Amino acid sequence: MSRIGVVTFPGTLDDQDARRAVRLSGAEPVALWHASDSLSDVDAVILPGGFSYGDYLRAGAIARFAPIMGEVVRAAEGGLPVLGICNGFQVLCESHLLPGAMIRNVGRKFVCRQQRLRVESTDTVWTCDYAAGQEITIVLKNGEGNFQADTETLRRLEGNNQVVFRYLDNPNGSRNDIAGITNERGNVVGLMPHPEHSVEVLTGGTRDGLPFFTSVQRFLALTA
Amino acid sequence: MTRVVVDVMPKPEILDPQGKAVTSSLQRLGHRGLEVRQGKRFEITVAGELTEERLDEIREAAEKLLANTVIESFVVRVEDQQ
Repeated sequence: MSRIGVVTFPGTLDDQDARRAVRLSGAEPVALWHASDSLSDVDAVILPGGFSYGDYLRAGAIARFAPIMGEVVRAAEGGLPVLGICNGFQVLCESHLLPGAMIRNVGRKFVCRQQRLRVESTDTVWTCDYAAGQEITIVLKNGEGNFQADTETLRRLEGNNQVVFRYLDNPNGSRNDIAGITNERGNVVGLMPHPEHSVEVLTGGTRDGLPFFTSVQRFLALTA
Repeated sequence: MTRVVVDVMPKPEILDPQGKAVTSSLQRLGHRGLEVRQGKRFEITVAGELTEERLDEIREAAEKLLANTVIESFVVRVEDQQ
């Protein structure tokens, strides 16, 4: 059984839901603590949503220098599957594991709703169980989800097929309607919407987030 | 003791929703033709002498932590020396 670590920073909110999603998808969730410098031999890592360190300075800017992040960066560069959700995506950008940055939503409002997305790339560790072009609906909730990158970076992301999800109705002003991206290798994925909240119809409205957690297990089984 | 100030501003090409909110609030208060961009100011008190190496260290820290150079630019300046 795959062991998937979920990191808790001070101010993280969605670590429990992420661990629950891991469990519901058939893997073993492993709680990881920000102040530890050990990844406990997990097979993959999730950086969940919330407001790590109160979003002081910039969202994700302080968490980037937490002891565990040194290990996460090193392991990700070695190919370990890493998923950043919402604040986790912001941490991945601040860590330079993913390009770009998030600024405040263009409408200046915190947006909380069921969000429609199109899966643009299934060529990642975290999305191989989706169909290319598939439209999904998962939870979105953030105040700073407005993805920005310079034109050259956008061209590279688009050219390399590194845009993983696009908003069908852009809620926050993100350039090129980008909701989620991956690194060149496809093992690190970050997105603003929350797949871990949409794994059961009763609590999440849809189960469209579940394939994230089955994708990584399929990848790990194939590469074991 | 020396004070070094680091000013961090959103890059010109990056939208500044906070500045826009302040701008429209100023308009509601009757101030016309004032466009605001909002940044951050860090005041750093340096113990001991401020050498060129120390200043370089602060520039490095600004680049690494205080500003995100994907979306922000920064200026480091010495404010007062006593």
